[in-house]
Order: sequence, then structure tokens, then C-alpha cells
Amino acid sequence: MTEVNLDLAVQHGLTSKEYEKIKVLIGRNPNFTELGIFSAMWNEHCSYKSSRVWLGTLPTKNDRVIQGPGENAGVIDIDDGDVAIFKIESHNHPSFIEPYQGAATGVGGILRDVFTMGARPIANLNAIRFGSPDHPKTKHLLNGVVAGIAGYGNCIGVPTVGGEVEFDSCYDGNILVNAMNIGLAKKDKVFYSIASGVGNPVIYVGSKTGRDGIHGASMASQEFDSDSESKKPTVQVGDPFAEKLLLEACLELMQTDTIVSIQDMGAAGLTSSSVEMASKGNIGIELNLNKVPCRETGMTPYEMMLSESQERMLIVLKTGKEKEAEKIFKKWDLDFSVIGILNNSKNLTLKYDNKTVCDIPISALADEAPKYEREWVEIKKPEHTDLEKKLDNINLEQTIKNLLSHPNQADKSWVWEQYDHMVMCDTAQFPGGDAAVIRVHGNNKKAIAASVDCTPRYCNSHPYTGGMQAVCETYRNLCAVGAEPIAITNCLNFGNPEKPEIMGQFVGVIKGMTEACKKLNYPVISGNVSLYNETNGVGINPTPTIGGVGLIKDISKVKSSRFKNKNNNIYIIGETIGHLEQSILCYDLLHLKKGPPPSIDLNDEFKNGEAIRSLINENLIESCHDISSGGLILCLLEMSIASQIGFKLNTNKKLLDRVKFLFGEDQSRYIVEVDDQNKKGFEKKLVDLNVYFENIGKTSEKINIDDDLKFDLQELSKLNKEWFYKYNN
Amino acid sequence: MKANVIVFPGSNCDRDVKVALEKFQIQTTMVWHQENEMPKSDLVVLPGGFSYGDYLRCGSMASKSNIMNEVIKHANKGGYLIGICNGFQILTETGLLPGALLRNKKLKFICKYVNLLIENNSTPFTSKYKKNEKIKIPIAHNEGNYFADEKTLNELQNNEQIVLKYCDENLKINDDSNPNGSCLNIAGIINKNKNVIGMMPHPERCVENILGGTDGSGIFQSLLN
Repeated sequence: MTEVNLDLAVQHGLTSKEYEKIKVLIGRNPNFTELGIFSAMWNEHCSYKSSRVWLGTLPTKNDRVIQGPGENAGVIDIDDGDVAIFKIESHNHPSFIEPYQGAATGVGGILRDVFTMGARPIANLNAIRFGSPDHPKTKHLLNGVVAGIAGYGNCIGVPTVGGEVEFDSCYDGNILVNAMNIGLAKKDKVFYSIASGVGNPVIYVGSKTGRDGIHGASMASQEFDSDSESKKPTVQVGDPFAEKLLLEACLELMQTDTIVSIQDMGAAGLTSSSVEMASKGNIGIELNLNKVPCRETGMTPYEMMLSESQERMLIVLKTGKEKEAEKIFKKWDLDFSVIGILNNSKNLTLKYDNKTVCDIPISALADEAPKYEREWVEIKKPEHTDLEKKLDNINLEQTIKNLLSHPNQADKSWVWEQYDHMVMCDTAQFPGGDAAVIRVHGNNKKAIAASVDCTPRYCNSHPYTGGMQAVCETYRNLCAVGAEPIAITNCLNFGNPEKPEIMGQFVGVIKGMTEACKKLNYPVISGNVSLYNETNGVGINPTPTIGGVGLIKDISKVKSSRFKNKNNNIYIIGETIGHLEQSILCYDLLHLKKGPPPSIDLNDEFKNGEAIRSLINENLIESCHDISSGGLILCLLEMSIASQIGFKLNTNKKLLDRVKFLFGEDQSRYIVEVDDQNKKGFEKKLVDLNVYFENIGKTSEKINIDDDLKFDLQELSKLNKEWFYKYNN
Repeated sequence: MKANVIVFPGSNCDRDVKVALEKFQIQTTMVWHQENEMPKSDLVVLPGGFSYGDYLRCGSMASKSNIMNEVIKHANKGGYLIGICNGFQILTETGLLPGALLRNKKLKFICKYVNLLIENNSTPFTSKYKKNEKIKIPIAHNEGNYFADEKTLNELQNNEQIVLKYCDENLKINDDSNPNGSCLNIAGIINKNKNVIGMMPHPERCVENILGGTDGSGIFQSLLN
């Protein structure tokens, strides 16, 4: 038997204080298996020990929220007895070590979180961030991650409908892979993870348990150093085919009256699923590990409890329903094993070869897990910088071309054409627009809209504004297609929380998000936190990825961001000041990274969003696109390239003001296209709503700015399209 | 008209095909791969997806499924049989159609709308289209690179068995308009008896404007003729 002492505890990622606390909680020294279980439950990834204090401050309720944070995923009411269930999760560390499998199992994990609750998954989204394209690892990581997301999602047959891809040298040593899934269920058929009923059997279903992914969650709770390659064995291997079978089998089982509760085995596998279920039900659980289906012989209790083998579920059945359930899993060629029973001990008890190998109070593992009020420093908004001199010589024509061909603005079809974005035949708006639109299957009118966003350079400059902006950006994207924004899920990617400035970023982002969520009645219903995104002490830009979900009541009214016709009027909605600091122009093209991000007036955000939605609802506009990174000019060019219809823009401005007008990233703005027939009604509507708007030009054959800047649309389209193909050739 | 859609473990376009068939009033039954018999039908569909995970050669495991004996019998009796994407791969694995589907030439999964040329409209599956008409239907595959030896390709041409070819906006058939490296830009072929068709494009994905197009409807409407 391995001797358990402080050294071993430290090797397991526990501190000496935490180790002492364990000994006090159980009144003795833990054995090796128990130590492994504590380390799995108490690591950052599972316990949220650094973030819990602050996560509790986020708004989590509105009229449509049925289930907020704390379950496998959040649940919202979308009328007619339907609910949407969704969540986003990170798989950053494993994807850096092994990009294909890391990303694939990220998709697999989030799918399970959603179908565990009774939903059929209908859409995958993702946000992936890489280091500089010149970094020697980036190409390999990009190709591996995209192929991994594709490999898993395409095989299981759930469309990947949207997301974002960004390159920034701050991710050179720590890429981000955030995967989101949305599913649909009936309101009266949602399943939860609260174990109940003494004597009820505990069932293991899905794939067999192997030695893969042991300590995956602990690995994800540490910084990387030059030795990260050696962590490959902690990365799990995905089997999307097994997951497809598991999905169909679980949904079939959910049609019967057999399930008490169900939870997927994600991070920390059998340990976290059994402990979390029992903890929520305030009940004891006893497992006989000899019954766990194993892929390899000679696996120890320690290995079985800490394995992160994929495609597994833990289910509490109603007593006597074992046969009925087993039949379904046998049909789908999946393992099914009664591995335990609920009891009133309130302990996690593990038996192996008729011996007790673990006996710990559930509360010690869950409720008593460490919770730290980490030290933090407030990060103030930076002072304005003097940009004027640096911009007087700017060559606008070349700058616009550089903008379009920069990897962060380049057309991403190389990425999303590798994802099956059409399977299930309900995708009504393809990737590349503001938000994905997915019809509610079997309903010809109703649809779900979804968008994933974050602007990490804003968050780095001023976390409070950045956190607020990330929430608003998804809100805007949903409004731009005509959806009513309902709720968000968040994936908070940060560096080492033990550093007060990193914790300060975290706190700032949470406070900014909170303000925005409150004002927009747009709460957080699920999410995850990924900390320690650092390599050799260098952290990433704070990256709170937000996934927003909205409801579309009449899909026939949905607007896309492509221009519809020539000679229509182009308007900008929302006020333009011309804030350039932290813009794509300054940050990515001119490498001027100082100064504050654009500020946000949440009243305008709300008012302008409402206005856009009523314009769409009343059919007063032809197309709509929100203005985000890259400013007004990128917004117009994207509308043009998508439709191959040009525009004539009148800025009536001289150089510096024109640069500000074209590239400024003032918030809460949209471009809309209005035909002559609706012009009057459109303007009246906005006057009535007291919303700021400006007529800035017309759609036309060619691209023409103030008659002195003219572009060939085909040339721009080519520039925009070719970056990814050239880079990956 | 009645159709059976075969469901293999890992099929994922089975529901999509059913919805499309029913849109054209074709009465549809799902048939599980382990069955030894299936209801009488005019049409059998092998849907897209990743049967058995496609961990071996795509379609090879499915081609040995219990139900395939019945499917082959149905085809040999002259019943209509259509294999879409993974279904096409299964048909080549059973030998009902010649050739094989290799990995795409760029070794990447491709999902997008492509232009197709109707090479042969005198089949029960394409009679609603005009000969040399250009249609747009999405593809979504990793292994759609059609390959056959010289002799087989000649036979396919001589017997007018090539039904669909990848082309560009201007109907040009060349390497640039070939998304996956297929011999002769082949996207779909039919057997000599003209009752078994295999195609990589997914017609079920474009039978409604809201999904991006309706050019796939012709396949289903042709069957109803």
C-alpha cells in the first residue's frame, strides 16, 4: 500500500493546509484511494474554490429561467411546453497538449451535459483562440482543434452552427477551446442529478473505464511549464460513435418511467458524478468497484475512481426497473452494470474485493471543499493615449485591405466548412452571420438563436468594461437576427488566481457582467471557470466567453447580415464617437495596445436592441449587422462580401475624423438596410423610440467611400477569403 | 409510395431523410439494422451518417448488417434503392455499385453547398431535372472522393451510369470545381438496371427555402413520377 503523507498530497495538487483539513474532516489519515478522491474533488476545476465566492454574485434568474447554475446545464422556458437547455465549457489544457482529442472530448463532454438533462442536442458552438499565426505551434494546434471539433460533432450528427476564432500572441502557450451545446426538451421531461430514495440502485452505463484521463481535472488546475508534453496521458480519447449510441439509449430510457436522476461522468469521472449526485440529495452512496466495466485488467480502485474515460453516465433508477433499462442499453450495444446502491449513511463507501477501500462523509468532499477569498487588486481604466500623431499618415486604402486580410477578420469558412453545420435539417442561418438560427424541430415558426462572443483585448485593458461588453456583444448579435435574448452561459478563462492582479481581472469581469446581465434582464444560467491558463508564468488576456441564447417567435422574419438589393438606404443605428483605442485598427494592425476600451451605455444597449427587434418584427429593414471589432467599415464590407452588393458611403469627414468614423469601435451600434418604400416608416419608428440614427449612404454596384476611395468587390472578397487557405496549405 | 429508411448504429441523417420523404407524402418506416425482414416498400434509403463510427473503411461494417440481405434482395428484384453519403459508401461496399469512396483529396471534412450537373435525367431519381441542368445541393463528408479503375469508369460512361457531376457556376467540370478529388468529378452514379443510385450530396438537406434551397426536391419528386 502506498504510504500517504504530505509529499504525496502535494503531488496530488493539495496544499499542506488542505491536507491537514482532510485529516481533521475524516479524523484519520486518508488512504491512497481516498487521497486521490479528495484531490479530484478539491481541485480548482471541480471545486471552483477560487471563483465560487464571486460566481455567487452573478444574476441567475428571470421569468424564463427554469434551472440556473448548479446542474449539468441551465434550462430556459421557450413557450409551448418546450425548454432549451445549454451550457459552455472549456477544454483548454487538454487541447494544448493533444489538440485533436482535447477538442473532440470537449465537444463530447458538453453534449453529455445537455443530453443528461433529457434534451436532444440541436446545436454546437465554440470559441477557439490560438497564439500568433507565426508561433511554431499555432498551425498544428489550429488544424488539430478544428479537426477534433469536426470529428466529434460531425460523427454524432449535431450541427456546429457558430463560434469564433481568434489569434493573439497571449495564447501562444495556452490556447482556449470553449465548447457550447444547446438542446431541446419538453418542460415536463427534464432530468436532474439529485440522487434520492434509499435502496435505489446506482447504474453505470456507456463505455468501459480505462486508464485514460487519470488526473485530467488536476492537470487542468495547474499552470503549464516546459514539461507539458509529458502530460499527454492525462488527456482522454473520444469515441463519438459510442456517444451517439449513449445519446440515443439515454433518450430512449428517458421515455420510460425508470429514472430517478442522472449525471454524466465528466471531469473526475466516477468520483465527481457519484459525490455530486449524493451531495445534492443529502444521501449516502455505496459502490462495488468490482462491478465497474473496465477496459483493462488489473485496474485499481484509485484508477477506476479517477479515470476520465469518456462516454459514461451514472444513473439512479427506481428500484425494480433494472431489467427494463438494461434492455435498452443492450439494444445499443452499451455496457450496463448495477454498481451500487443509495443508503442513509451520507458517506461515499467503496468496496473492492469485499474490502472497504474508501469511506468518507460526502459533505467532506463537497460542502467542506476549500473556498478561498483570494486577494485581488482593482484594475482601473487606463488613461486615454495620444493617437493623433500616429494616425496622420495612414493610408486608408491599404489599411482597409490589411483589415480584411488579417487572420482575425478573414473569412472563416475554412474552419466552419469542416463542421457539418446542416445535419438535423433545422439550421436556418449558417455560420458567418451575427447569430446562428436553428428551428425548433417540428415547429414551423419558432427558432432558437445563439451567439458566442468575447473581446479579450477589451477585458485586458479594463476587465469591468470587457466583461460588460462580452455580454452586450452576444445580446447585440441576437437582436440583429430578430431574436429576444433570454439568458447566457459563460466560460471564464483566466490566468493564475493566486496572483492578486489576475484575481482582480476576474472580479472586474464578474462585476461588469453582472451590471450588463441585470440591465438587459439576461441572466447567467450555466457555465464553467478555467483558471491557471498560464505558461511559465505568463497569463492569457482575461477571456470570459459568453454564449447567448435567444428566442425567435416567427422564423420567417429573421434577418441576415447580407445586403439584399442595390439602391437601398444604409443607416447606422446608435451614436458614433470614434473610439479607436483597443480597436482592431490600433491593436492588431498598428500594434498600439494602450488606452481604454470603448465604454458602454447600458441604457443605449437595451434601447437600440429593442429598436432593432421591433424594426425586424415590423419588416421595416432588409438586412442588419451589428458593428463590432473592426468598426463600421468592416461591418459594411462583411455585408457586401456576403451579398456581392457594394455600397456608396458618405462620411463627409477629413482624415482623422474619417479614420475614427470608419474604424472606431463605439458600442451598441448596428448597420441596417432600408428600402425606399420603408424609409419613412423606419425613420418615424426610430424617432418615436428616441433612438439615434444616421443615413450614411446607399447600397450600389461598387464600393465607393466619399468618391475618393474605391474598391473592387471581387478583389476584396478574395483578400478576405484566402488567408486561412494560404496559411493551412 | 412507401419507403423504408434503414437505421444503422451511427446513422445520423435517418430522421432528416424521413422528414423529407414525408414532405413529399412518401409513407416512411424506420427499419433497425438488426432486423431480418422489412415491410414491403417501393423505395429503400440508406441514410447518411457514420455507421459503426466508420472506424473501419466507411460503410464496410454496415454492408454486413443483418438487414442488408433484405436490402440486396429488394434491389435485385428491381426495387428502388438510394444511398446518400454514408449510404453511397455502403452501396459500394456491398458491390451493388462499382468503385470506392476514398478520403477527400485535401484530407478534410467538407460541408458546403456545391454545384452539380445533371448528367443523366433518364433515371427514376432524376427525371424531374433537365439534362445538363445545374443544381445546388450540400455535401458533408470526409470520404467522398470517388475512385474506380479505367475500365469501370469507361463502363460507367458508356452505360450512362454517371448521374451527377460536380461543376462550377458556369457548368464547367474541372479540378477547380471538384471538391474532393473524385474521378471525372463524379458525385452520383446508378447501376445498370437504373434502380440503385448512390450519391454523396444530401438532397434531404435542401427541400425548403429556409434551409438554403429546394434543389434536392427533384430527387423525391422524380420518385413519385
